[in-house]
Amino acid sequence: MAHTGRRDAPELPDFSLLKRLARDQLIYLLEQLPGKKDLFIDADLMSLLDRIANVTTLKQHEVDKLYKVELKPIVSTSDQLCFLIRPRIQTVKWIADIVNSDKASGRFRRYKIIFTPQKFYACETVLEEQGVYGDVTTDEWAFYLLPLDDDIISLELPEFFRDNFLEGDQRWVTTAGSALRLVYSLYGPFSKVYGIGRCAKMVYESWRDQVEDGEQKARQPEIGNVFLIDRDVDFVTPLCSQVVYEGLVDDIFRIKCGSVEFGPEVTSSDKSLKVMVNSQDKVFNEIRNEHFSNVFGFLSQKARNLQTAYDKRRGMDIQQMKTFVSEELKGLKQEHRLLSLHIGASECIMKKKTKQDFQELLKTEHSLLEGFEVRECISFIEEHINRQISMIDSLRLLCLLSITENGLLPKDYRSLKAQYLQSYGIEHLLTFANLKQIGLLVEQQPGETLTVMESKVGKLVNDKTAGKLTDAFSSLAKKSNFRALSKRLVLIPKSGEEYDLRVPRDMAYIFSGAYIPLSCKLIEQVLERDGWTGLEEVTRMLNGHEFAVTGGTNGTEARIKTDPQRIILVMFLGGCTYSEISALRFLGREKGYKFIVLTTAITNSARLLEALLDNHA
Amino acid sequence: MTRPKPEDDEYWNSSKFSAFTFDDEDDEFTKMKESKRAVNSMLVDDDDDDDDVEKVSWSGEPIGSKPNFTHSFLLLQYTLAYAPELRKPKSECKDYMSDWSPEETVRRMRKGKVFSLERFRSLQEKLLLLDEAVSENDGNVITAVLIYLKKSLSKEILFRELMLREIALRHYVHYLKEMGEQKLLVELMKALGRTDDMALMQYKEHLNIKDEGQRRDFLKNCLSLPFSQDDAIHVQDHYTLLERQIIIEANDKRGDAEIFKKFPRKASILNMPIITTLYYSCFYHYGESDVSTLTISEKQYILTALGARAKLKSWFDVDSLFNTKNWLGYTKKRSPIGFHRVVDILQKNNAPVQVLQEYMNLIDDPELKLSLAQKYKCHDIVIDTYRDLKDRQQLIVYRGKVERGSKEDKKIEELLCNMQIRWKN
Repeated sequence: MAHTGRRDAPELPDFSLLKRLARDQLIYLLEQLPGKKDLFIDADLMSLLDRIANVTTLKQHEVDKLYKVELKPIVSTSDQLCFLIRPRIQTVKWIADIVNSDKASGRFRRYKIIFTPQKFYACETVLEEQGVYGDVTTDEWAFYLLPLDDDIISLELPEFFRDNFLEGDQRWVTTAGSALRLVYSLYGPFSKVYGIGRCAKMVYESWRDQVEDGEQKARQPEIGNVFLIDRDVDFVTPLCSQVVYEGLVDDIFRIKCGSVEFGPEVTSSDKSLKVMVNSQDKVFNEIRNEHFSNVFGFLSQKARNLQTAYDKRRGMDIQQMKTFVSEELKGLKQEHRLLSLHIGASECIMKKKTKQDFQELLKTEHSLLEGFEVRECISFIEEHINRQISMIDSLRLLCLLSITENGLLPKDYRSLKAQYLQSYGIEHLLTFANLKQIGLLVEQQPGETLTVMESKVGKLVNDKTAGKLTDAFSSLAKKSNFRALSKRLVLIPKSGEEYDLRVPRDMAYIFSGAYIPLSCKLIEQVLERDGWTGLEEVTRMLNGHEFAVTGGTNGTEARIKTDPQRIILVMFLGGCTYSEISALRFLGREKGYKFIVLTTAITNSARLLEALLDNHA
Repeated sequence: MTRPKPEDDEYWNSSKFSAFTFDDEDDEFTKMKESKRAVNSMLVDDDDDDDDVEKVSWSGEPIGSKPNFTHSFLLLQYTLAYAPELRKPKSECKDYMSDWSPEETVRRMRKGKVFSLERFRSLQEKLLLLDEAVSENDGNVITAVLIYLKKSLSKEILFRELMLREIALRHYVHYLKEMGEQKLLVELMKALGRTDDMALMQYKEHLNIKDEGQRRDFLKNCLSLPFSQDDAIHVQDHYTLLERQIIIEANDKRGDAEIFKKFPRKASILNMPIITTLYYSCFYHYGESDVSTLTISEKQYILTALGARAKLKSWFDVDSLFNTKNWLGYTKKRSPIGFHRVVDILQKNNAPVQVLQEYMNLIDDPELKLSLAQKYKCHDIVIDTYRDLKDRQQLIVYRGKVERGSKEDKKIEELLCNMQIRWKN
């Protein structure tokens, strides 16, 4: 489509190797338990395993039956049980129960736990405490990196977010360091490593430690620079509604491990269809980064082209027809299939979005980002809650309000919280406690008199002026951030100007021209400045923990802007959204970079908030 | 078993061979690592020979678009590195263990090597070990040390020391949560003086209680917990709500009343939110008694009651929701929510056009009124609004949207011919 920009972007490294590594390792581990065995797989590892090895491969290595881990009594009759699990205490306890009940009934079996990507001492302690240490052998499947696409690699560890940012448990720091080390040893050395965030810094140190006593290589690097960023540096971006096609598909249908299940309403048949959504899908590849408003036009153009191509058949002689069938028809049919799928998906998205008054929702989000008519926004949110419309959306808007306004006024906080609990259940008291802990939904401290004064002034004048006042005061107040950051980094393009979404002029296009994602803007700025110089004010407001260091090489030859120098690996700790990936792809096209996104998991507003809910047992 | 594919075969033969060569000995592994390094640097030196090396691939498969031997070698390296017997060398001499410093011990723990924590007996040594683990940022090791401290220190002492160590404390709390050690957690929170958290933690337990009677009793006991002032009110509400729900459920479960036969319940009302319960009451028990003692705003009540009565198409009830009498006895329609919202809700419940129009006419903002009237095809309102706005042009345009010869068409015709109106355009 209408993308200009530099065409000399470098080639991406080949990541399929990562899958082969993982597969071979898994097979090796299965062979460590020779003979027929039943394999129990953690539910959230199933899709992941699907990308690595199929059932045939497992069967070839004497896996007899496959079961999903459900934490219930098992029915297996096999003499050997193998468990492929994430290192979670609850799962290990369940396994210990199985072993103990076998022992009690005098049954002898061999047990093996394969932890992935690593084991934790806490898990082994459970085996010890339950008296089954030694009865169960343990192993590690060091499967850190799943390539989801040419430019996306995922650790597929959604729990990283909650464990690290809510619970303050640093168990995954070393894991992330090892993942980075694996990338380094296969595609490094890196010339520079930048980062921001407490976790980012720890991961950087862990990686450096691991490299220090490991190999020092001097081969041709395939990746130039690395940027590490914590999710809590920017919570605003993942909380916004996504309006770029790929993000929308994720928000509505939930992409899982790079594949999505389209229901009957999309396939217009009575069956659901599971498809991979990545660059291999030629239709998807052309629309994934587009603002939704362009997608219909593109798809109908594509449909017309297809019709023309089909029409060529008319007036062909036998020979031509033969060539057509053997050379073109298959491709056309494939395209046809994909096209109708994405048209179906787009229609479904439209239908759902119209039903939930999406336009009004977006208007509120944009007002919050801009700090404009905040009282109206609060009324909108209130009504959203009162009408019991989507529990997650209500929470999302509350969090956006809190972050953009540096917390809610105590009376607003009390009233909105009460109404939320009344609409969605009082047990969400626990959710609110979590959101407070992580800083997503907080009350302004009564001590912050400045803010109180501001709001009083704000009532006298209009909201826009109040927003400006917030800016003026924010450098004095302690916690303040978004509004001031947004001003300093110019995240909100001037309103009033027409924004042509078909020819985006900056990364703001991913949010209809209303907001440039903070995370991506930081990356852009740091790459441009080759460090944090000149961004001192910004890093101060972001709580610091920024760094910029030369990587594994001695740095001299790294100064030359070779191709790999323009390949940038961005590691998101705590997840990144498809919208952010689209923004980085845009930035890459503009500046001649290629970005590779390495994330602990793909996230979106729903996943992020669901991880913080505590309303169920 | 089916025979593996040829390339698999080749791979396994080779890898078994390598695994066999290296014994459990630690130094063997070191040797291997050394030779690996040698091989590595060798290969790197003649980068130009990449093409030759390409043919020698580990598994016989093409390795991506740019295959080279370094990649294949890594395959071997990783396979071996994760072979368990190599990770835990037997040869490590137990005698030396007792001399390992906190630094050395933590380093070994991080590398997955054999270690022993038993020698850290004095409190000072234990804390040094903990602080060392924390300074290395490895959560796995921090928790491992904490498990040891939990076993070897009285909880009073451990709690006291954790109070000064925020990072370690958070790991400990998370560990206890995952282990389900609720009692100890509560004690810890109490010792830390975090009473709000302690109360919430205990309150959370109610989620594990399935039986509603027991759940209600548990919530009743929660009332005495030291919640923050606001939360205490919510927990009180929670108890009151469940108590009422249990009574309602007992009566409605049989579904004798006519309304339940006409509109069977989809689910039990137990454990539903307050607003849902209110909706339920407005739907099945409207006007029976005071609906709730729970504090809700007029706005919440109107929105919910409106939804419920509209669903039942009780337009009379809908009407009376908004009627207010002033002191002269005139009725007037008043609403705490915008009438455009009222129209929205009515429309979603398939209200007839007359009902919609009545409320649409109450919208003050003519722009909003127009857009809603157009959206829901309330022609009369559109026409009247244009008339009131004296907008002749728009009226002419709108005429194209109504059916020719229809009632609306005639109405527009009449208006356009009406000489009394002073059109603005």
